[in-house]
Amino acid sequence: MSLHDDSGTRLTDAAERAVPGGTAEGRRTHPLGFIVGGIEGVRNAVLPMAALVFANDDLRLGLAAALGLGVVVAILSAGIGYLAWRRLTYRIGMDDIRVESGILSRAARSVPFERIQDVSLEQGLIPRLLGLVEVRFETGAGGKDELKLAYLSQAEGEALRETVRIRNSAPSGPVADDAGDETAGLRAAQTEAAPLFAMDGKRLLTFGLFEFSLAVVAVLAGAAQQFDFLLPFDLWDFDGWQQRLAGPGAWLQGLGFAAQVAGALIAAAILAVIGMATGLIRTVMRDWGFRLDRTDRGFRRRRGLFTRTDVVMPIHRVQAIEITTGMIRRLFGWHGLKFVSLARDSGSASHVVAPFARPAELVPIAGAAGFSLPQTADDALDWRRTSANYRINRALIESGLLLAVTAVLAAILLLNGEGVSQHWSQHWSQHWPLLFVAPAAAITHAIRQMFLWRHERHALDAHQIYDRSGWLAPKLSVGSRVKLQSAEIVQGPLARRRGYATLHLGLAGGKFALRGVEIARAGELRRAILASIHSRDFSALMQG
Amino acid sequence: MSTDHVEEAESPAAKPVGIGETTAPVERKDGLRPLHPDYAKVLRIWTLVIALPVLIAALIVESAQAIYPGVVLLPVLILLGLFVLRLPMRRYHARGYAVNDERLRVVRGLLFRSDTVVPFGRVQHIDVNRDLVERYYGLSTLTVHTAGSHNASVRLPGLLDEEARAMREAIRAQIGRETL
Repeated sequence: MSLHDDSGTRLTDAAERAVPGGTAEGRRTHPLGFIVGGIEGVRNAVLPMAALVFANDDLRLGLAAALGLGVVVAILSAGIGYLAWRRLTYRIGMDDIRVESGILSRAARSVPFERIQDVSLEQGLIPRLLGLVEVRFETGAGGKDELKLAYLSQAEGEALRETVRIRNSAPSGPVADDAGDETAGLRAAQTEAAPLFAMDGKRLLTFGLFEFSLAVVAVLAGAAQQFDFLLPFDLWDFDGWQQRLAGPGAWLQGLGFAAQVAGALIAAAILAVIGMATGLIRTVMRDWGFRLDRTDRGFRRRRGLFTRTDVVMPIHRVQAIEITTGMIRRLFGWHGLKFVSLARDSGSASHVVAPFARPAELVPIAGAAGFSLPQTADDALDWRRTSANYRINRALIESGLLLAVTAVLAAILLLNGEGVSQHWSQHWSQHWPLLFVAPAAAITHAIRQMFLWRHERHALDAHQIYDRSGWLAPKLSVGSRVKLQSAEIVQGPLARRRGYATLHLGLAGGKFALRGVEIARAGELRRAILASIHSRDFSALMQG
Repeated sequence: MSTDHVEEAESPAAKPVGIGETTAPVERKDGLRPLHPDYAKVLRIWTLVIALPVLIAALIVESAQAIYPGVVLLPVLILLGLFVLRLPMRRYHARGYAVNDERLRVVRGLLFRSDTVVPFGRVQHIDVNRDLVERYYGLSTLTVHTAGSHNASVRLPGLLDEEARAMREAIRAQIGRETL
């Protein structure tokens, strides 16, 4: 009806404006787009329709109901799609692309050409049959909040991509290369210099020993729990176990204390062997032939025994670096180096560039990425502690919670005892040691906070910000001041009263937060960092 | 930034000081600009939308007359009254923003105060959004998106629509400009 006429006139309108030029007036997406919406709506309604057919005793009635539902859904989704189509316009301006959309709420998005890193055309099955494409514009903001236009005709989509390419004459070429490019490394220079970092067999074995893991034991225990119904006896029935011990196992009890201790030791040794073997096998499989090279396209990492990966990480995409270690390997002077990289798949891709190395070996790698490492603990850097108030508050909160648990536990013990008053003293004498678990944990937490206060520090120099966190397995994060994206100071109710704050720094592909910093210091850090950020535009950073 | 912004920024005191003017007078001295007063109404309407189902539920429980009359309804009414009348005003006063040639600063939060600064040189793209209530009052929400994982998008609600659009143009003009 009127809907029909309207779409007809729009069709000609759109056809008139189908050539992408540089006009400031709004354009509409392809009018067939809402048909795609209608078809997809029906596709979603297929299951309910099938249910209607089978739920009815009368097949004809069921079919009719299903057909009716299908028609209603199709009309509804096409109708909403049509309204949305009417309300969506986009325009290619002199320096940005704008899209305005929304039936009731209105949303207007402006994406500057400078920030568009990639334009991709996508086609589902139905759009493909209709000759339509979905155009996605990728910016540094990552996949979640990018701009997309669904649907344009194929020709229009390609023309739009070309327009962006021409307008975006500022070279964003290297950006389009993905950080996780698996094959690109093969094209890199064949004549290779000495690697930036490599691990020989001996290093790999040492590394494997430190990667002690009881994951296998956990998996077995988990499997036992999952599949215990398959066992001919109840695994968790302790009385049954005692009976079984009393039978053939009785000799074990008869062996006396020394033998039992020896048994326990043997069990522990077996666990240790399993854990080491697991760690060794996993490490060798993952990091066999580990080699890091510096190529003209960036860092190239090759590793793996069965699954060999070859990854190139462009240097300008490295946003920050992290030096990690473990509780025990630290005592032997082993550390690992990781990049925080602006990659589309920052969640899944690992950017470990030196998993197990001496500090002296890490310095040149970090240097190649444009980062400098603090040489010794007490060098020129002005290391600052977190606020003591913050540590005290944390200790008080953690201990307070644990002590509350103790109080509840004690109350339960007392109440339980009352019911069986003659056994009360016996009950109490059996369980009172439980009451000491939580206070002991509370004291441990308080001590931990004290050590954290002594060890966790941050520093700022002319180009970088440093954060050393953790106590037994400390981690050092180094961020480049100019590569940060934003700065935020957050204070909870306690923090406001006690004069400290958390400083969150926006980092592409990762997080960088300084917790428990005195409020004046937080403001000072933010001012300094903002001044650095302001000195260079994001697009200039991306050109490397 | 356009000149009218600067003029407005210099006269925050000209804003009528009214209801619930107890929270954070310090901020205004901080050089922060308040949001449009109608934004408090927008907040109130959305709170009301959330409060309504709770009120209906309370009425149903009350009509069942399981306990003494008023035992359920009275506390619920007091709480909702606080939420609808008092809270939006306080939230409104806790919010503020400042903008200059280089950066946007957004301050928000009653219990957890956050103070965010986004340099324009790090803005990826810009949104100007309006929901139904905002449209009724002629207000808009400006959102800037950054490449950071934290603060990936920073929202600044409660701007007059034309003001939000002017800010978008101003930010847009700063993007891609080298300052060194």
